[in-house]
Amino acid sequence: MSTAVHAPAGEASFYARKGIASWLLTTDHKRISILYLAAMMTFFLVGMTLGVFMRLEQLTMGPTIMKPTTYNALFTLHGVIMIFLFVIPGLAASFGNFFLPIMIGAKDVAFPRLNLLSWYLFMTGATIALSSLFTGSGPPDTGWSFYVPYSVKTGTNVTLAVLGAFTIGFSSILTGLNFITTIHRLRTTGMNWMRMPLFPWALYATSWVQVLATPILGITLLLVVLERVFHLGIFDPSIGGDPILYQHLFWTYSHPAVYIMILPAMGAISEIIPTFAHRTIFGYRAIVLSSMGIAALGSLVWAHHMFTSGMSEFSIIIFSLLTFLVAIPSAIKVFNWVATLYKGSVELRPPMLFALAFVFLFSIGGLTGLFQGALAVNVHIHDTYFIVGHFHYVMFGGTGFAFFAALHYWYPKMFGRMYSERVATVAFVPTFIGFNLLYFTFLVMGLQGMPRRYYDHLPRFHAGHLHATIGSWILVAGLLLMIGNLVRGLFRKATIPANPWGGVTLEWTVPSPPPTENFAVLPVISEPPYTFNPVAKEPA
Amino acid sequence: MSHITQQKAEAPHIVGYATFVKVWIALVLLTGLLVGLSVTHRPNLALLGLLVITPTKASLVLFYFMHLKYESAALKYMVTAAIAALIIFIGLTFSDFLFR
Amino acid sequence: MSVSAEPQAAPPVQEHAGEHRDYAGAKLGMWLFIFSELILFGGLFVAYGMYRSMHAHEFHKASGELNLTLGVINTLVLLTSSLTMVLSIVAIRLQRKLQSMFFLAGTMLLGTVFLVNKFFEWMAKFHHGIYPGSEHMMARPPGERLFFGLYFGMTGLHGLHVTIGVVLMSVMLVFLARDRIRHDDFIKLENTGLYWHLVDVIWIFLLPLFYLAA
Repeated sequence: MSTAVHAPAGEASFYARKGIASWLLTTDHKRISILYLAAMMTFFLVGMTLGVFMRLEQLTMGPTIMKPTTYNALFTLHGVIMIFLFVIPGLAASFGNFFLPIMIGAKDVAFPRLNLLSWYLFMTGATIALSSLFTGSGPPDTGWSFYVPYSVKTGTNVTLAVLGAFTIGFSSILTGLNFITTIHRLRTTGMNWMRMPLFPWALYATSWVQVLATPILGITLLLVVLERVFHLGIFDPSIGGDPILYQHLFWTYSHPAVYIMILPAMGAISEIIPTFAHRTIFGYRAIVLSSMGIAALGSLVWAHHMFTSGMSEFSIIIFSLLTFLVAIPSAIKVFNWVATLYKGSVELRPPMLFALAFVFLFSIGGLTGLFQGALAVNVHIHDTYFIVGHFHYVMFGGTGFAFFAALHYWYPKMFGRMYSERVATVAFVPTFIGFNLLYFTFLVMGLQGMPRRYYDHLPRFHAGHLHATIGSWILVAGLLLMIGNLVRGLFRKATIPANPWGGVTLEWTVPSPPPTENFAVLPVISEPPYTFNPVAKEPA
Repeated sequence: MSHITQQKAEAPHIVGYATFVKVWIALVLLTGLLVGLSVTHRPNLALLGLLVITPTKASLVLFYFMHLKYESAALKYMVTAAIAALIIFIGLTFSDFLFR
Repeated sequence: MSVSAEPQAAPPVQEHAGEHRDYAGAKLGMWLFIFSELILFGGLFVAYGMYRSMHAHEFHKASGELNLTLGVINTLVLLTSSLTMVLSIVAIRLQRKLQSMFFLAGTMLLGTVFLVNKFFEWMAKFHHGIYPGSEHMMARPPGERLFFGLYFGMTGLHGLHVTIGVVLMSVMLVFLARDRIRHDDFIKLENTGLYWHLVDVIWIFLLPLFYLAA
């Protein structure tokens, strides 16, 4: 793709400097990425554990291992941790920080110190949110959506959790504006917009949503705090406020947030699939436009979370229509990925397995989303396990699997080590099977009428819950094997070539792990991305 | 961004004191007009003031004080997009309240 | 684009160490921040618009209780501070350092005057028992409670921004004095200016919404 000059051999990798301070005060985007990754994986494991406990409670009927109030706290924390601490920073903060500058041929992001500040804000927010567990009068029990009036009235520690989410939102805005500026200002010579790889494009779209949607969450959560502390009355119906306004404001951010979570994932998949199909991406422009289209349209559909809230019929119809429109750019992407595979020489190595699983699971997630866009069906399945199944397919099957795909794909580049490919492939199987057993059962139970957020279930749902809980064990076994394999890989001595997979984007032209300044000489770009050399390309 | 816009941005246009003082005078006069219209107790005039004069004042600040007039086209598009996003957001929310 | 990524003279390490000289980039970053601020207040404007359309009459009545004179004076104060801010930037670009510092100090002073006015305005309301959650407020119709809730919420958040602006300007004043802001490197001052004008723009909208709604 480029005429990049390899860094001279022996140039120190970005790991060279030692000591805690060299990490905590770093402005190197690669180190900050590792900091995010470490924190996020920790939060993921905590969130996962909470999920396992919820499934255990549902294994049998009646209160067994926990009280109903504990269950309420668990699903709230599971949601808050997984959403605010794992999928919202997601691929952007971790892999985006590492690879955005490298993929556009820059030495760092536009504002390196701001980047570090974002990480500190993220960690501060996480600490505040998690401290709500142990302080005040018990962990919040409102669900991650903090719906008023309950979140204003409940005695539990909502204020801290909300302030934590606010701080994380601030961090997310700063990361977004940093990335937009980086992409506008720091692309290397010849890297014009249409030569930019798709992961940076996805990050660009994401960053705009972060900058323009997150402040709404900020003000909403701030109002909840003011409401709790000063009884301002904006949302509290006993003072005159309208709880539906809260739902509008909350979802104005939180629906676009779904795209903050999924767009970078789609970008990573658009990198992985061409590499392992050894074939240029099909419909580059269409994918670019659909990323921007998803970012724009996805910001206009929030009220489909509120069809049963009592908002106006007129509004319901508008939002239903807009919701169906978002399916178009999402489908364009899926078609393009599948078309890229056509006549490619597909190699089923671990990153590709997770990427293909992403396409499959995201398609199910997306299509079940359409069910809910349809008004009559929505009324039936609102607040059931169908919704829970749907968003786990999108968030976990989508973003989660893309995260694992990206982790396996970029792991050798980030760490200069290699995990066992065999174990990774073995771990993929239970992860995929367990996932489907768990969440497809949710979809079925939802259609049968199992409501979400109940700690107990009726006898007729017992078989479903049993299946799901067994699925959760298989899934967790797979995940632990996968993570164990990755951690073990860090201690395996290995020399990793610059380009172990045969990728063609810029990150594969620098050593593994990259030197501090990324490039000894900044590359000059003269071709569109994903130009594979003719030997690897299938004859047309 | 192309090199042309970059050069333009590296050597931004210097606007003299006089322009800004004129803009300030205009802003003060518009404020006077706005207050004047609202104390006439004619709701229509007051609404006109709110919907026309206020955005005019904001645009004056945006274009002159915030220097937008002299910025690159790309930045102007971005400002337009951000304001459009805000207006669409307000509009869609009102599709609920106004028809409830 | 390589121009900005490749410092010509400085050794590459320096770029990491900190000083970032991409003028347009720094300004773009500030504008993006301003967009997010705009949307932040946008959420409150939506709340205002909605409740005003639901309780038009009560909003009308409650607005009459605000001190219009003080509101207008504060508007003029803030508009003038915007002027002095922009003049401070012109001055430094014309290499008139003292003049620039004078204008910047003037902006800070005006910002402080605004806050002092606001303080007295709020205090007067508190004395009349008008504050969120007070018995007096709870005795009033819901529309008036919402009006004052929004009034305190929005002017409070705006006041917080003014305070941050004044603190920011005091830092800039030190930078000016120590020549860290110069005629050829004034992006920090310019970005502070952008922020200050945003604060002004928001007040431009708050004036008619609260003080002139009667």
